[in-house]
Amino acid sequence: MSRQELLSPEGLRVDGRRANELRRILCRASVLNTADGSAYYEQGNTKVLVAVYGPRESRIRSQSQHDHAIVNVEFNIAPFSTSERRKRSKGDKRLLEIASFVRQTFEGAIQRSVYPRSQIDIYLHLLQHDGGTLETCINAATLALVDAGISMDDYVCACTAGFIDETPVLDLNGAEESSIETPDLTVAILPRSGNIALLQMESKLHSSKLEGVLELAVEGCKHIHRKLDEAVLAAANDLAEKLSH
Amino acid sequence: MVAEIEPSNIERSFLLESLEKGIRVDGRGIYDYRTLKISCGPTAGLVEVQLGQTRVLARVSCEVTRPFPDRPTEGIVQFNAELSSMCAPGFDSSGKPSAQEVAVTRMLERVIRQSRAVDTEALCILAGEKVWTVRIDIHFLDHGGNLVDAASVAAIAALRHFRRPDVTVDGEEAIIHDVRERNPVPLSIHHTPVCVTFGFFGEAMMVLDTSLLEEQTQVSSFTVTLNSHREVCALNKAGGIPLSPGQIQRCIQIALAKVDELNEKIQEAIKQ
Repeated sequence: MSRQELLSPEGLRVDGRRANELRRILCRASVLNTADGSAYYEQGNTKVLVAVYGPRESRIRSQSQHDHAIVNVEFNIAPFSTSERRKRSKGDKRLLEIASFVRQTFEGAIQRSVYPRSQIDIYLHLLQHDGGTLETCINAATLALVDAGISMDDYVCACTAGFIDETPVLDLNGAEESSIETPDLTVAILPRSGNIALLQMESKLHSSKLEGVLELAVEGCKHIHRKLDEAVLAAANDLAEKLSH
Repeated sequence: MVAEIEPSNIERSFLLESLEKGIRVDGRGIYDYRTLKISCGPTAGLVEVQLGQTRVLARVSCEVTRPFPDRPTEGIVQFNAELSSMCAPGFDSSGKPSAQEVAVTRMLERVIRQSRAVDTEALCILAGEKVWTVRIDIHFLDHGGNLVDAASVAAIAALRHFRRPDVTVDGEEAIIHDVRERNPVPLSIHHTPVCVTFGFFGEAMMVLDTSLLEEQTQVSSFTVTLNSHREVCALNKAGGIPLSPGQIQRCIQIALAKVDELNEKIQEAIKQ
């Protein structure tokens, strides 16, 4: 595998971004008809489609809790999402892990005690894979949950950051993520308090440099929060227009 | 599958009230590890770790295989960890892996494989044809809380303890020497990553190295993986109580101190 230059001396990355620029974000709520809430989220070339069903009766009675809702997340990577078609088995540990992370993150953000004895299902589909799987899933799920009208404490906004050639870089794309030497940090925050709901990092990074990378990722999250907010407003305005006719 | 017996309300409230006063149920300080006992051998690569009541066994083995087509000069590191019903009644091997099993096994995989602790290029015998495949098998024998830390110590100690057969490459021929002919050689390990897990119980209450009762009562956990070069190899905090970046930094500082202790114990154990 040839070593690609991920950060040129002029400060440009492989896709022409600077170190602290996010990829282009395109998001829309209410894209599916049957689901209670849905969202389509694009960040650069990574595309995710989310459907939220709930709160509804728990399918498995024994798991329902008397005082709060249970959150169930299923994550699926489409075989056509990567340049080589690859079908992953349902029990693939990586898929289960991402689903588990999303579930735990939202268990902390959704006001579960408002919906006792019910279940909230979040179904995620990754349509195109170009880095930042976990961050796009969390952002898309936030939008879908807001669309479904489920009570949450706050938005959950996620962003990745890395460290290339002594520079913290924001929002890693596929090439940067798969490179061996780049540490990959994913952070999800609750923007109003600035507290971290999810923190996950792979690959080595010196502890002194961690703070810089973390700060940059939190900045990115705040920017994404604004984008998600805009999308929610757009969907609400759209709905208001249709109702007023 | 047998349902796990949850701790009673009295046990939980006793634990939480004691923590508010800064006391842990088993008398440890909040940042104290339980006694760590590492026993290596008799076979090279077989390590059993006892962390309080938790017992984990790690076994490393190797064989010669073909490399992956897209990585012809690198050896392969395969990792396998399963939570069986032997260590705790709640675990079940049949059916889909439970959320906890996925979390533990993926965490360990990330620590060993993705932090590139083992030098895979040194495992190459003949580029494109023969490489060593190193297999790490982790068996959880007893669940006394904090499986991840115990397993990470066991895995890295086993890797450092393991000896593979010596190989001589002569042009296109590779001769693998029997262990009785030539002394086996150790694996080339870049660094020693060790996990340190914190348990959180509510506002500002956190402990290090949770026992089983603490783990069942905790609201969330945070695992920091560090090596002796003060590099963070992995971080894992999913859900639970949101933490401020300042708290995260503090946890990392505490973990940095603990990792040195753990590394020392591993060194001692391997020398024997």
